[in-house]
Amino acid sequence: MKGHQRRHKIAGDTMASVEELEEVARRCRVHIVNMVHRAQAGHPGGSLSEIDLLAALYKTQLRIRPDEPKWDDRDRFILSKGHASPGMYAILAEMGFITVEDLKSYRVLGGICQGHVDMKWCPGVDFSAGSLGMGLSFGMGSAIAGRLENSDRQVYVMLGDGEIQEGSVWEAAMAAAHHELGNLNVILDRNRIQNDDFCETQMRMFDIPAKWRSFGWNVKEIDGHDMNEILDGLNFLSTSNEGPSILIAHTVKGNGISYMADNPAFHGAAPNDEQYRQAMIELGEVNA
Amino acid sequence: MSKMGATRDGYGEALLQLASNPKVVVLEADLGKSTKSLHFRKAHPERTVSCGIGEQNMLLVGAGLAASGFIPFASTFAIFTERAFEQMRNGVARPNLPVHVCGSHGGTHTGTDGSSAQSIEDLAIYRTLPNVIVMHPSDTVSTRELTIQLAASSSPSYTRTARNKTPVLYEGREEEIKIGKGIKLREGSDVAIIACGVMVSQSLKAAEALEAEGIRATVVDMHTLKPLDADLINELVSTCGALVTAEDHNIIGGLGGAVAEHVVSNTFAPLERIGVHDRFGESGQADEMLDVMRISTPYIVAAAKRAIARKP
Repeated sequence: MKGHQRRHKIAGDTMASVEELEEVARRCRVHIVNMVHRAQAGHPGGSLSEIDLLAALYKTQLRIRPDEPKWDDRDRFILSKGHASPGMYAILAEMGFITVEDLKSYRVLGGICQGHVDMKWCPGVDFSAGSLGMGLSFGMGSAIAGRLENSDRQVYVMLGDGEIQEGSVWEAAMAAAHHELGNLNVILDRNRIQNDDFCETQMRMFDIPAKWRSFGWNVKEIDGHDMNEILDGLNFLSTSNEGPSILIAHTVKGNGISYMADNPAFHGAAPNDEQYRQAMIELGEVNA
Repeated sequence: MSKMGATRDGYGEALLQLASNPKVVVLEADLGKSTKSLHFRKAHPERTVSCGIGEQNMLLVGAGLAASGFIPFASTFAIFTERAFEQMRNGVARPNLPVHVCGSHGGTHTGTDGSSAQSIEDLAIYRTLPNVIVMHPSDTVSTRELTIQLAASSSPSYTRTARNKTPVLYEGREEEIKIGKGIKLREGSDVAIIACGVMVSQSLKAAEALEAEGIRATVVDMHTLKPLDADLINELVSTCGALVTAEDHNIIGGLGGAVAEHVVSNTFAPLERIGVHDRFGESGQADEMLDVMRISTPYIVAAAKRAIARKP
C-alpha cells in the first residue's frame, strides 16, 4: 500500500518550499563541482542532470533516518547510474548522512566516497553500483522484500537513459510488472548523452515512454529541472499503486554550468582551475 | 553402494527443509522442474519468485532480497548462471551479499543435451571471486546437508549439482559433512585421490582397482573447492606423498587448479590432474561422456600410478 497518507516525514523539512529545494540543489551543484575538481576525475555531467530530482526526492519523499542509515524499514534509493556518485554524495551530505568534509574523500584512497557509490563504504548508500543495468533488478528484490514483510516502504531506482541500452534492464522491467510491484519506482534521468556521445548517435532508443508502457509500467514525463514539475512527478510515483511506475525526467546533462550543459565532453571529465572559477561564479558562490 | 540419486534432488530436499525459516526465499528462472526447486514452489508459492528466463535479473533480485535480510536460493543450469557472471561479481560477491546460487546440470556427465549444456568452467570462474563459497557435492545426502548449512552463511555461494544419478555415499553419515572440510572416504598410504562431484564415486572405484594391484589409495571428497581444506591437503602430502585430482570440469582452474595452487606454494608432492582436457563436450550418455573425456575410473587408476612413479 502506498499513498500520501503514509508519508510522515522523518528526515528533512516537513514542507520544503520550491525555493528551499532549489537552494538545496544549488548547494549540491557546488559540492559536485568541488568534488570532481578536487579529484580531477569523475562524472559531473550526469550528477548535475540528476541533482534537482535527488534534492526533491530526499527532501520531500524518502522515509529515512540519517542518524540510523541501516534502519530496516527505510525507503530504499538505488542509484543505478552509479558513476553519477557526486550527485548522490552531495545530497547525502545535505541530509546529514555524511559530512561536507567527507566529500573531500571522493576518489581518494580509503575514502568513504568511492568512485562509484558503494554500500560497503558510505552510509546511506543502499546499493553498490558502477556497472550499468543492475540497479533495477536489485530494486526489484528490495521491493519484494518489502512486500514479504508487509511493509509500505518504497523503493526508488534512478536509471540513466544510456543505461537502458543494457538488456538486463528489460529483464527487470518485464519481471517487475509481472510481479505487480507497486512499491517499485523508477526515475529515468533522460539527459540524452552517454559516455562517447549523444544517445541518438550511439544507440537510438525511439519512443522510450511507449517502451515502458508496453512493458506494463505506469509512465509520466516531466521537466527534470522544474521543481514544480518534479514535485508533481514524485507525487505521481507515490500515488500510482497498481504495478511499477516510472518518471521520465527530461534533463540537461551538465545542467547549471554553461560550458558543461549538453556537452558530451563533460560526461566524465573534470573542470580545470579556470573552468572551476567560472563554475563557482555561475553557481553564485563567488562574485565575477 | 546400490542406492543411487541425483545431487539436484538433494538440493530440492534441502530447500523444503529450510522452508521453516521464513526468511528463506527461492528464485527460479524457468528451470525449477530441472533444478528441483519446484517442490519448494509448490509448498510455498508466496516465497518463490519466478524470474522467467532471465538469469541476470534473478541474481540481482537475490541481491536485493539478501540486502533486506532475506536468504535467497537461486537456481538454474550451471551453464546459464555463467550468463550472469558479472552480476554475481559486481552485484553479489563485491558487496558480499549471501545469495546462494545453485547451478544444476554441471559437467559433461549432463549427457545427451550436448556441449551447450555441459558447463566445464563454472567452478573455475566462481572460484576467482572474493567472498564466494564454491562447492560441488558428490551425492544427494551431502548436497542436502551442505545446502542447509548455507542458510547460516553470511557469504554468497555457488553450488554445482548434477543432472544424473550417482551412488549415495553419506546416508547415516550426515554429521561428517561440513562446508570447507574434505571427507576421507577411504584411507591408504600410497596415493591420495582428491575428487569432487560425480568423480568421487569414480575415484572410489579406482581405489578398489588399485587395491587389487596392491596399491593403497586414500580417497577424499573435496566437496568444497573454496575455501579449500588446506590442512587436509597438507596431511595427504605427508601421509601419501602423491596426489591425484579428479573432476568433471576443465583441468584449468577447477579442483585440480585449486590443489595445484596450494601445493606449489606451501608444500610438495607430485600431482596428476584428471579433468576435461580443455575441450568442449558432445551428446552422449553420462557414463559414455566420462570415457570420451578420459576421466572415468581407468584414467584415474593410470594417473595414480603416474603420480606414485613421480615420487622423489
